[in-house]
Order: sequence, then structure tokens, then C-alpha cells
Amino acid sequence: MINNILPYLVVSGLLFAIGFAVVVSKKNLILMLMGVELMLNAVNVNFAAFSRFDPDPAKGQMFSIFVMIIAAAEIAVGLAIVLKIRRHYHEIDPEKLNNLRD
Amino acid sequence: MTEQLITDLVFWLFCLITVGGAVYVLLSNHVLYAAYGLLVTFLGVAGIFVFAGAEFVSAAQIMIYVGGILVLLVFGIMLSSRRKAGIDHLKVENAPRGTGILIAGLLGTMLILLASRLSFNSDATGQWLAIKSLGFSLMTTYVVILEVVGMLLLMALIGATYLAKDDQ
Repeated sequence: MINNILPYLVVSGLLFAIGFAVVVSKKNLILMLMGVELMLNAVNVNFAAFSRFDPDPAKGQMFSIFVMIIAAAEIAVGLAIVLKIRRHYHEIDPEKLNNLRD
Repeated sequence: MTEQLITDLVFWLFCLITVGGAVYVLLSNHVLYAAYGLLVTFLGVAGIFVFAGAEFVSAAQIMIYVGGILVLLVFGIMLSSRRKAGIDHLKVENAPRGTGILIAGLLGTMLILLASRLSFNSDATGQWLAIKSLGFSLMTTYVVILEVVGMLLLMALIGATYLAKDDQ
């Protein structure tokens, strides 16, 4: 069973879909960032699973490590922007941030 | 035979933990509890990495995601809560969007169906990678990417510090 790639792909697909649902259905910027993290984790599971069957496993594992580092940078900048929005608009509901509409 | 059975059981347990934590993030309407669900998901993914033969990635997952990103998220939740709103200032509403959930369900079904229809050459040709050789390739083959990513992380953290600073 561990020598079969399908369970990894199923878990990764489920995780990606749930992350997408979190991003599109939550009215909170921080929860949307969490959804993005879930989607990046799903991609990392795929990289690690395919590196298991690669003659050179270092490639896939390197890629998932670099994805993690980029995710760390992304979450730092994203949270800084969320805090700035919170301080400016006193609100982090993305549906109420419509200053440019009218 | 029983050894194989126990291994399968632990693997499915990790899969269940991962998907369960993610579902909890989706269903919860409290930001801090959603962060705890995310913690469970990250730990489950670290276990799946061990089964995929990526021990170093698993350790990095625990250190970067649980030790870094999740702590940062909890700080963000605490700093952005509306204290004046009273007892339920960490509550969050779900948008009443059935279409978003529907699209996500279709996406998941499509991914799983496509993955099950494909056939991969999965006769386990890959050997288990020692962490030592991973470190060697990190410092030789991938050293340029490592330096570039390090510079990017430094710039992003300095930029985040500058963005979040109080103007008054």
C-alpha cells in the first residue's frame, strides 16, 4: 500500500479542494490565508509522494522544501498587510473593504 | 503480515487526521479554533511525509509550519481581533455561497477521478534518501536556488516588518 501512489494523490486532492473551499467561503482575511496554506500543503504532499518513486528522490524533496520557505515569506507579508488593513479600516471582512466602489 | 497491517493502519490514521483537521478549518466559525485545526492538519501532513520517505521534509514541516507559520497566524489573529465587539470577537461568518463549495467539491472529485484513472510506473524504483546526501545536494546542485530563496525570505521579512510598523 505504501508502494502505491494513489492514496497520496487522493489525500492531496481532498486537501486542495478543502483549501479552495476555505478560501472562497470565509469572510475573514486570516482564514483565507489559512486556506492558501492548506493548498500549498497539498502540493507538498504530491511532491514528496512522487519523489518516493523517482530514481533521484532529492529533486521532489528539494522542491517541497523551497515551497515551504516561499509559504513562510508569503504568510509574513500577508499578515503584515492584514494588520495594516485592520488598522486602517477597523475591519478584515473582505466584503466590507469596498472603498473604491462608490 | 501483521507488520504490514499496522503500517497501513498508521498511514490511514495520518490521512484521516490530515483531512479531518482541514474539514474542521472549513466548518469552524471561530478563528482560533480553525488555527488549532490547521495545527492538526500540519502534523498529519508531517506523518504522511515520513511514509513518503521524506524525513527531512517532515522535520522541516514541523519546524516551519507548526513552529513558524502557525505561531505567526495566532499572533495575527490576536492582533486583528475586534475587542470592542464583545465576547464573540473571534467569531467569523461563513459566506452563504453554495456555489463556492460546489466548485470546490467538483474540483476535488475531478482531481481524485483523474488521479485514479492515470497509471504511474510505481514499482518503487526510488531508494530511500539519506539526509546526508540531501544535505550534500543542497550545498552543491541546488546552492544557487538556496541562496536566491534565502535572499527572498530576508527581503520578505524586512518588508513585512516595515509594513506592519505603527505609523503614529
